[in-house]
Parts: sequence; C-alpha cells; structure tokens
Amino acid sequence: MSADTSPRGGLRDLKKIFGGGSSNVRQFGILFSLIAIVVLFQFLTNGLTLSSGNLINLVSQYSYILILAIGMVMVIIAGHIDLSVGSVAAFAGIVVATAMQEWNLPWPLAILLGLAVGALIGAWQGFWVAYIGVPAFIVTLAGMLIWRGGNQVIGNANTVPVPEGFTTIGSGYLPEVGPFTGYNNFTLLLGLIIVVAVVMVEWRARRVQKIMGSEPAPLWVSILKVVLLDAVVIYATVLFAGGRVGTSFPVSGIILGVLVLFYSFITRNTIFGRHVYAVGGNKLAAELSGVKSRRVNFLVMMNMSILASLAGMIFVARSVASGPQDGLSWELDAIAAVFIGGAAVSGGIGTVTGSIVGGLVMAVLNNGLQLLGVGADRVQIIKGLVLLIAVGVDVWNKSQGRPSLIGFLTRKNKTGEFPAEPPAVVPTSGTPDTARPSDVST
Amino acid sequence: MSAEPIILEMRAITKEFPGVKALSNVSLTVRAGEIHAICGENGAGKSTLMKVLSGVYPYGTYSGDIVYQGQVMHFKDIRSSEAAGIAIIHQELALVPELSITENIFLGNEPTKWGAIDWITAKKTALELLARVGLRDDPDTLIKNIGVGKQQLVEIAKALNKSVKVLILDEPTAALNEADSQHLLDLIRGLKGKGISSIMISHKLNEIEQVADSITIIRDGLTIETLDVVADGVNEDRIIRGMVGRSLESRFPDRTPHIGDVFFEVRNWNVQHPQVAERMVVKNSSLTVRKGEIVGIAGLMGAGRTELAMSIFGRSYGNFLSGQVFKDGKEIELRNVAEAIDHGLAYVSEDRKALGLNLLDDIKRSIVSAKLSKISAGPVVNDSKEYAIAERYRTSLRIKTPSVDAGVNKLSGGNQQKVVLAKWMFTDPDLLILDEPTRGIDVGAKYEIYGIIQELAAQGKGVILISSELPELLGLADRIYTVFEGAITDCIPAETADPETLMKSMTSARKKVHSI
Repeated sequence: MSADTSPRGGLRDLKKIFGGGSSNVRQFGILFSLIAIVVLFQFLTNGLTLSSGNLINLVSQYSYILILAIGMVMVIIAGHIDLSVGSVAAFAGIVVATAMQEWNLPWPLAILLGLAVGALIGAWQGFWVAYIGVPAFIVTLAGMLIWRGGNQVIGNANTVPVPEGFTTIGSGYLPEVGPFTGYNNFTLLLGLIIVVAVVMVEWRARRVQKIMGSEPAPLWVSILKVVLLDAVVIYATVLFAGGRVGTSFPVSGIILGVLVLFYSFITRNTIFGRHVYAVGGNKLAAELSGVKSRRVNFLVMMNMSILASLAGMIFVARSVASGPQDGLSWELDAIAAVFIGGAAVSGGIGTVTGSIVGGLVMAVLNNGLQLLGVGADRVQIIKGLVLLIAVGVDVWNKSQGRPSLIGFLTRKNKTGEFPAEPPAVVPTSGTPDTARPSDVST
Repeated sequence: MSAEPIILEMRAITKEFPGVKALSNVSLTVRAGEIHAICGENGAGKSTLMKVLSGVYPYGTYSGDIVYQGQVMHFKDIRSSEAAGIAIIHQELALVPELSITENIFLGNEPTKWGAIDWITAKKTALELLARVGLRDDPDTLIKNIGVGKQQLVEIAKALNKSVKVLILDEPTAALNEADSQHLLDLIRGLKGKGISSIMISHKLNEIEQVADSITIIRDGLTIETLDVVADGVNEDRIIRGMVGRSLESRFPDRTPHIGDVFFEVRNWNVQHPQVAERMVVKNSSLTVRKGEIVGIAGLMGAGRTELAMSIFGRSYGNFLSGQVFKDGKEIELRNVAEAIDHGLAYVSEDRKALGLNLLDDIKRSIVSAKLSKISAGPVVNDSKEYAIAERYRTSLRIKTPSVDAGVNKLSGGNQQKVVLAKWMFTDPDLLILDEPTRGIDVGAKYEIYGIIQELAAQGKGVILISSELPELLGLADRIYTVFEGAITDCIPAETADPETLMKSMTSARKKVHSI
C-alpha cells in the first residue's frame, strides 16, 4: 500500500483515516454530512451551536433517542422493526414513577424495576415475533397501542412526579471535585482517558494488522487520524468542562457512551452479534449453519424493549415527572436515525456507530433549527426531507453500482469518465421488479 | 445450413466495466432458423454479451455494432429489443407466481378493448400459444402451482406472443429434470423449423451437442472460435478444449479410494411433507456410508434426494416421523442443525444463494460462520484467527479473490461454491452431504471441486454426493443409491453402474436394495 504511487493510492490512504475498508464507506459519507451540518449551523447561529451550554443541552436532550437507536439498529439488522419503543418507554416510566411515589421504592431499585418491566415487555413481544411468527411490524404496532394505553391506565392519564435522587440519570452532571481550575475536573479526566484510549486503539489495530499479515496504512495516516480525533475530543472536552458552574458532561451522556461501546462490541465482536447479521442477511442460510434464528429474534426484540425502558426512565428523570404523552413518536426518530446511519430496510446491514452518527445528524439539525428560531412545524418538514434525501441518495448510488455516498463523492477521481451504468435490473413488460431475475453473473 | 441468411450479427462488441474489460471485440453471427450455442466458463462474458444484445446495456454503453435483419440497431432497453423480435429468457424466471398463466403471458402487453383488458381474446390467444409450446394446462392455473419446467414453457409462450425471431435462452435446462429438459429441447428444435433462431447459453454440453447447429466459444471476453456442429464434427471434448484452452484428458481427477468401515448409517427413515401431512417425501429409506467413501445419490428432480439429505441434517426439512441414525456404532439424535454440526455432519445446499451463503457477508465471515465457537474465546470472536483461517482456505482451495475481505456476492459461482465448501470443511465434519455441488459452475472450477471432494474422502471422511448429472456420479462415487418417489430403490457399486441401469432404478419403484 505504501508503495502505491497511483493517484488513487493516496485517496485510499486518506479514507483509512476514517476507518478505511469498503464496509465503512457509508459511515464515512454520513460522518462527513454530520461535520458539514455542524459547521453550517455553527456559522448560521454565530457560534451558538458549539457553545458549552448548547452542547450539554444537546446531549441530555437526545441521549434517550440515541439509546433507542442502538436497540433499533439491531432490530433492523435482524430484519424487523419496533414501533412500540415510545409506548414502552412511557409505560416503564409511569410504572417506575408510581412505584417510587406510591410504594416509596428507593430509586436504585426503581431503576431495576424499570429494566425488568422492559425485559418482560420485550419477552412478550419477542415471543410473538420469534416463536409465533407474527411480523414485528404488527406485534409492535399492537404494542404501541397496548403500552400507551397501559401508561394511561396506571397513571390515570395524569402526570406522576419522581423524587430527586432518580432525576440524576436524566438531568445530572458529572460532579465537581478536586481543585478549582475553572473547568469541571471530572469531565477533563474523562476527556483525557478518551484521548489516551484513541491512541491505544489505533496502535493496537496496527499491531493486529501486522500480526495478521495484512499491510497497515502508512504511519502518517495513523498519526493524522489520531491527531484529528484527539483534537475533536479535546475541543469537546474543553467545551463540556467549561459550561456554567454546576453543569458539565451529562450523566445520561455517560450512560449513552457506555452503551455505545458495549453494543458496538456485541454487534462486531461476539458470536451473538454475528448471528444477528446472519439472520437478517439470509435467515435460511443462517439456520442451515446452525444458528438458532428464533432465539436471536427473541433476544433482539427483548433487548430493544429493555433499552426503551431505560430511555423512558432517563426522559422521566430529565422532565422530573412521568406523563401520558411521554415518548410520543420516538420510534420514528430512532428508526430515522438508523436508516440515515446506513442500515438496510431489508435487514443484514447496519452498525451501531453509524446509527449514532445518523441520530446526531437529526439531533444537530433539530437543535440548530430551533436555535435559529424555525418553528416546530417547519423543523418536521425539513427532518422528513433530510431522511428521504439521505436514504434516497444512498439507494440511488447503490443502483448505479457505486458503493454509496462516498462513491459518489470520489467518482471524479476515478479513471476518467465512463457512461453511467443503467440499473442492473430492468423491467421489460411491466413485470414488477421483485419478480425479475436478480442480476448476478456476467 | 450456411445457405440460410444471416439474421443477426454482433460485430466487434467491446464492453467495459470500471476496471474490467468484460468483452473485447466479440463477434457473433446467427443465421435465420438455427440454434446457436454460446459456450464459455462462468465469467467468460456470455451473459454480458446477451445483455448487450437484449438492450439491458443500452446502445452507447458498449462499442461495436448490432446488425439485425440488415440494419444497425440501437436498443435502448429490453422493450426496444423485444419490439424488434429479440426476447431473452433468464435463468431465474421472470414470472409472477400469484398470477395465472394467461395473466403472465400478457403482462405488460395486455390486449384491450375500450380501455379494459379483453380477457376473452387473451385467453384464446393464450390457449393457442400454450398449444404451440406443448403445454396442456388450464391457462387460469396460477404460476406457483405449475413446475419449473412448465414455467419455462410459459416464458417461451410469452416470447412467442411478441412474435419473436431470435430467442435467447440463458441456462434453460439448469433447473429442469431430464424429461422436462428433453421436452424443452424438442420445442426449441420445433421453433427452428418455424424460422425462429435460438441463442442458447448452457453448461450442459451434451445438450448443446445434441441440438446446436453452431457454437461460438467465448473465453475471457474474447471470441475463441465458432464451430459448425456437423461440419466440424463437434463433441463434448472438443467444446471443453475450446472453453478452457486446454484439453482435460480426464474430466475427473485420478483417485484410488481407501475405503474403511461403515461409520454412518440411517435406518428406516420416514419424513412427511412440511405442509401436506399425508404426503411422504422420504419413505423407509436406509443407507450406509463408509470412511473414505463417496456415496452417490441419483434421482430425478423431486424424487426426494434433497429432502432426505436435509431431514437427516438436523431435521431441517419436513416433519420427521421415524428412523434412526447411527454414527460410529452409536445411535445419535439430530434434532436440529446445531446438533448435526456438533455430531460432525455438514450439508452443502443445492441452492448456494438462497440457502448456502449470506450474500451480504464477506468471504472471511462466511467461511467461519458455521462454527464460530472454534475461533472464539467465550462469546467473543477472534478476528485475527478468522482472517488467518480464511487466508488458509483461500490458498488451499484457490478461491479467486483479491482479499478475503471482499463480499461473497462479488465472486463467480465456482468461487462462491468454494467458499461454501470451505465453510463446511472448517467445521471439521466426518460426513459431508454435498447437494449438487457443481450446479451452475464452469468446467474448470468443476474439476477443482471434484479434486476437493476426492481429497476430503482421502482424509477418511465420508461423502454423500447428490447429483443430477449421471456422469458426475459415475466418475466420482464408489457406490450409488437411486431414489424414486421418496424411496431408495437400488444401491449399485460404481464398477457395475452405467447410465442406463441408474436411469432404470431412478424411474421405477423396484425394490432391490442390496444389504451391506
């Protein structure tokens, strides 16, 4: 690779800064979009977007949607969908709030209760999806009604307040400790840990590549990558640590961060993760390879509801009360995040990090438009268009035989112009595309 | 033959994809009323050439000329080539299963009267067309309720309705049994008599030898030669030599079998159809496999070969009724696929794309997918081991790919099949059940796969080989079971077997199973 002197070699190395490999090109494109949107709003809002107060607010306001996106991407990779997450969140929220108010349940136990409620709901929905074979769309559409109604039955359609200790998970910040530095020391420490971790991860990746006998990217690529990433981390750390006194990096952001790391590992590095992709990619082939697809589907649905209940509790903690309208249309935000993040509607494709980036695109967009004073009605229209265009560009690019957005961006760097390929599958006599032969061999 | 006028000529066709030259100066001349076969290994460029001809790749995306009935044609899509009288029938059929035969024939081309579909005319025409292709089914029958062979005929009827002059058939008999294939070939010959030319792509060289008038051989995107079947005295070996650029002295690698003791046995196996309870798909079947032995299973399509294999492999097909499996003298239970794999069974499916591979996955992940526990510490998969193992199989099985990180959908059929074989070899099985392991694979790759199968047997593993190609069974197997209507009808040692005796046992229920 390093000996590659062709003009494309340099470009490929450059791509490796963002994780190289053909499988990551989609995320590369969406990451670019995120950066572009941040820069755009930073400019439009005269620097308000990347201010301490706004960033802290952004994290605590969207962490629960991003938590949902983590569960949702696994559901979508497995080839399903979950429409019930908003209602499940609301149901878990009201149960937890009521338990603390009526039975004086201590809040740590209440959180466990909330997770258990999520697990039970998930087991119920997973049972219908995996063992009875009802499509998840139907099961969770029913769940959407059932748990929304359940919320209103338990809470009498009223708002139930939650005690102070509980609110930490939604509106708490890293505590102030140590000597006065003008910054939140805990946040600084966290930033430092991440800075070191970035270096170590890259170093380890290079070492593994060497052991595996594949050529790692040139050293300068790694160094540039680490410097860029760490610069972003340091910048963000300073912003988060330098907020109004009493505020710093939100606790909900910590929870989100831990979940992202955990589920990225699960989906990428464990047998279970492989099985989720296998079932979504080709269920029959997976079953003939010894994968217990029912169990995979069951666990994926159950996991989603557990995360939904956690998101619901964080929201309740943030708004200090559980109400009948909690979690309304969250499912749509979570699903949008996953698809903007590069997942395929037909299953088998998607990543946790991609979905988080997709969710951040929506969050920054929402936040930036609000800062600009755009009304909620227009924000919805813009979000809808962004979703459609993001996925549309991706689908179109794929039908053109290019891998994705980034293929589109780098097209001009290729060997001169060749005529655009027609879509490989061409309808002849009005036969629907689905019935046409798939075009594989040439 | 050569007196007939030329109806179609493709001149110096060159077609490039980013980074690959799929066709380079390929020429093809088809005369009116002839059957012209195109032969070549997978990836040689046959399908690309046909896509250029049928307008899938529109005018302007290739260089060279298509001259049809004396005119240079500029097809911009399939519709325009069809309008000119060139119809393509794909390997995977383009029919809507939930619609009737009539509806499918007229799909996109419906006869109308006052703006509404004229079903009376449609049905009348459909009946005439069906008669022409020799199909006597009710035109109201839904496509899903007729077999693949008949579906193929409906496709042809559909093309005839468009007054086709050149019919392109891509692997028309790949999914058909012997009888249906014969019927189809007869039909193509009949059409020839009515002045319709056919261009046929097929891997079945015996069929080509049987029906084709001339053969164009393509290799690596180049026209190698065009042969006149009668004048040049073409036979299979001659075609193979042109396709692979060398003559395969033998189509099967040499092998001296070292056969051990019986280690695997199935007794009185009975399986019901998964939906229709009264239908038995496997009837009281028993078989044995010895160590180092290749056991063939011969049977016509629908005889129950795949059903037998899949039901043994962890009851992955049908409703298990009764029967026993013994391995190394002990009875074992194979209630699901995971148990079957744990007991050292492997099953390579006949349908590579639907059942064998996750086409979204890359090569290295596919290879380890059936036994992840082997490269995992607890629940965590070890990426480095995965890579190393994939690299090992890439080298030893000669999988043609720049990297094991490449997606399996980028591979040719033969290389995909090698990935599937690697996947099952990785599980370290004692018994491999190979269901049509060389279907849709070109001659060169076939030879390599035969070598792999023999190597597995040489390692002392048992192999059950299911194949529709009798020469393949006769060339590889040590012993051949024949299956007819779900029951094993015979067991013939390879030395005494010949196509005629096998065919007899495959088509009649005489019960003469030799006890071991």
